[in-house]
Amino acid sequence: MQEIFNIFIKSIFIDNMVFAYFLGMCSYLAVSKTVKTSVGLGLAVIFVLGITVPVDYLLNEFVLKAGALAWLDQSFADVDLSFLSFILFIAIIASMVQLVEMIVEKFSPALYASLGIFLPLIAVNCAILGGSLFMQEREYQSLAQATSFGLGSGVGWFLAIVGIAAIREKIRYSHVPPALRGLGITFIITGLMGIAFMSFLGIKL
Amino acid sequence: MSAEIKEREPLFSAKNMKLIKNPINISNPITVQVLGICSALAVTAKLMPAIVLSISVIVVMAAANVIISLLRDGIPPRIRIIVQLVVIASLVILVDQVLKAFVYDVSKQLSVFVGLIITNCIIMGRLEAFAMSNKPWPAFLDGIGNALGYGIILVVIAFFRELLGSGTIFDFQVIPQAFYEFGYQNNGLMILPPMALITVGVIIWVQRYYTRDLIEKN
Repeated sequence: MQEIFNIFIKSIFIDNMVFAYFLGMCSYLAVSKTVKTSVGLGLAVIFVLGITVPVDYLLNEFVLKAGALAWLDQSFADVDLSFLSFILFIAIIASMVQLVEMIVEKFSPALYASLGIFLPLIAVNCAILGGSLFMQEREYQSLAQATSFGLGSGVGWFLAIVGIAAIREKIRYSHVPPALRGLGITFIITGLMGIAFMSFLGIKL
Repeated sequence: MSAEIKEREPLFSAKNMKLIKNPINISNPITVQVLGICSALAVTAKLMPAIVLSISVIVVMAAANVIISLLRDGIPPRIRIIVQLVVIASLVILVDQVLKAFVYDVSKQLSVFVGLIITNCIIMGRLEAFAMSNKPWPAFLDGIGNALGYGIILVVIAFFRELLGSGTIFDFQVIPQAFYEFGYQNNGLMILPPMALITVGVIIWVQRYYTRDLIEKN
């Protein structure tokens, strides 16, 4: 139980998707102009990561890993399909995003309208595929660990995008050198936020 | 129709050369179009992985652009994203296997970032914006151009980070030992992730200072 909680905290603060691995930077930079839209996108990312990482974990455990097919028949015990993982993970992610899109459209048209184009774009958000690939690389032991890793990474991404959106709303009123305006200053602020987040490295888990 | 009378455009006409030149500066994928940042920054602590990743992106991007451009009339618009993802993913699997076979150490360093070429927005973005509506040859040039623009930024960042952070270039020490004896220290901060972002910020600053048209109006 404690292990699961540790993974959750670690993936939010220490291994933050944005500040430590630069994942999902494209939508992070494009959508962080106002707090409201960034909250919507952040929630969608938490949701999708929370679903796709466990699903991809099961896929990895029972289909892709070396010897994973042994439950079918002993003769499959030395089959290693891990080279297929990119294409299967991305297929799972694309179809999950499609599913989430349909569910959101049906049950919460207001949220659907406010997320607009971002929802389908989540399919190509590197944070989502990155979550699954890290899960595979770090070899989590159980479904619960993989789920808490997925949710934690999503929450970390959410914090990052809401933080930068709040700062960008304020920075509009300050005098930034013309050539740095917009994109340049956003990068530098993200860097500074990253340095701030590095202080969490001191947490021993 | 008199299709055959129409003069064929030379392969390297001015218009085609523009497809290669523009992305290197005025429509650079990283600093201007803001695409493909995701996988760009994490691998730039050293030059070698940055160069390997750039080459992989050039290969994947040129090939994906050509394939999608050849298929463009046969792809139903509703499922085009999936089709594009499948094409890119298959190419990336090929690249990944080649890297694992020939440069295993670098492939280990790149870890998940080879896989993340799939979701590199610059590839999807160029497929959507260019390859879906153009012939294979311009699409090929566009792919090469954009991937080069991406690679150049990557290499510049990696150069400064490796030089200032470890005092080496391609793992050869370039800062003379005498400097260290005088008390020069490597700037350990340059190796850490946040400095990659700040380096990109500075590159954007310099580029926009010299290319005034790119400055954003607030």
